[in-house]
Amino acid sequence: MTALSAFFYRKPRLRLGFLLSAPLLWLGLAYLGALAALFVTAFWHTDAFTGQVVVEWSLDNFKTLFSDAVYRTITFRTVGIAALVTVIDAVIAFPMAYAMAKLASPRAQRILVIAVMTPLWASYLVKAYAWRSMLSGNGALSWLSPGYGVTATIITLSYLWLPYMILPIYAGLDRLPDSLVDASGDLGARSLRTFRSVILPLTFPAIVAGSIFTFSLSLGDYIAVKIVGGTSQMLGNVVYDNIGAANNLPFAATVATVPVVIMLVYLAAVRRTGALDNL
Amino acid sequence: MRTSRALLWTALGLGLAVIYFPLVVVLLNSFNADTTFGFPPTRFTLEWWSRATSNEGALHALWTSVEAGLAATAIALLLGTMAAFALQRYRFFGRNPVSLLIILPIALPGIVTGIALNNAFRTILGIDLGLLTAIIAHATFCIVVVFNNVVARLRRMGGNLEEASMDLGATGFRTFRLVTFPMLRSALLAGGLLAFALSFDEIIVTTFTLGTGMETLPIWIYNNLFRPNQAPIVNVVAAVLIVASTVPVYLAQRLSGDTASGGRL
Repeated sequence: MTALSAFFYRKPRLRLGFLLSAPLLWLGLAYLGALAALFVTAFWHTDAFTGQVVVEWSLDNFKTLFSDAVYRTITFRTVGIAALVTVIDAVIAFPMAYAMAKLASPRAQRILVIAVMTPLWASYLVKAYAWRSMLSGNGALSWLSPGYGVTATIITLSYLWLPYMILPIYAGLDRLPDSLVDASGDLGARSLRTFRSVILPLTFPAIVAGSIFTFSLSLGDYIAVKIVGGTSQMLGNVVYDNIGAANNLPFAATVATVPVVIMLVYLAAVRRTGALDNL
Repeated sequence: MRTSRALLWTALGLGLAVIYFPLVVVLLNSFNADTTFGFPPTRFTLEWWSRATSNEGALHALWTSVEAGLAATAIALLLGTMAAFALQRYRFFGRNPVSLLIILPIALPGIVTGIALNNAFRTILGIDLGLLTAIIAHATFCIVVVFNNVVARLRRMGGNLEEASMDLGATGFRTFRLVTFPMLRSALLAGGLLAFALSFDEIIVTTFTLGTGMETLPIWIYNNLFRPNQAPIVNVVAAVLIVASTVPVYLAQRLSGDTASGGRL
């Protein structure tokens, strides 16, 4: 045991290799491998008669995806909904997080963090379902949305992901030293100027970190749409229907590449802000 | 200044009210004698609660959820901790891609993770979907929760105590057992609790990776959501979940002050 321990101690590279082996095997091989396989499948198609996957390379699925007006509409609608939900959440979350981080006492802060986190773990479905009943004809908030549809979807998704935006922004504001805000005030800046020139730039990475969740979660959602979306569909529904009812896995894979590409571009774009360290 | 403070407090109060209002509606409805759940409720009953406790489908689904959650959490604890040590204690080529790889399963939409694993299990590996495949899928996105908690703790505790232990002649294993592990314990517990909660509530990835004929609790809820005569029992299960969800959050919060802030998790 001692000899083994000493051996490992003298060989830090070996220790590192050991520590990385299992996680990398799992995530690198299993997860990335599965993602890679998904993209490969996107170039295959199914036999029209047997429904079996045919291993034959073609771009037909992508052609359908880009040329068919239905899918174009759904893609734009999905990205639009995701972007709007992200903006709504950021606008609602910022003042809440600010009051939590800068105005509340340390004791109240702990309680408020718990108050925001707890609904995160209350079942996603329960919350979506609650909105369905509240937005329904005789529900408590039926005036908010004209029936089920895009508006109801945006409201429900904004509600579902709001804590994912509040918590990173709260963390970012919590790290922002009060002295900087005071200094800005001492130098004559008014509240709005301090917000624009000091607070916002320094907490921007935290806002972006929150946006990764709200945006990604909205991009891939299909359940909230099924519950409150009426007839309007999102990309997730197309993927789901092609795996289930249509049994066309290759086309589902093709559609699924859209949110992946969007997310990878988004992650690459925000990497420099340091947002990924704020997750 | 005073007006802006008042405005901020109002925003916080209103925001919290909006966050909790739907949950309160569900809680109330679980006692609502009226099956159409008009709001506000007029008569109260305990009938749904007594019917729910003997609902076999729900109880069975609950058990499946617990099994999947425990197994996924165990795997995530092991892999997440190893990855956290590697990334926090070493500087190496490819460190940034590795940390990106760890957050990828939650940064990408759940449906992508779900269909990718579904495709890999069925068409590539030829494995039938079952509880095991769901556990593998859950563990994949739970790793990051444990990772975040352990990294935060490692960052805070530095390496001084471990170096002191080695200087005093303890071996690497002994140092880990007597110094490092005790300091990590609460972070591991907090990470494990949150990983379990994340697995317990997950539905999208589960839909694609759990074998047919099996149900976790969220899938049971989903399958019964649109059946009118089941709605009261769904409300009870939902109410139980709302109340139960306070436990992991509260415990995790008590166990690790430093990880409370971490984004989604």
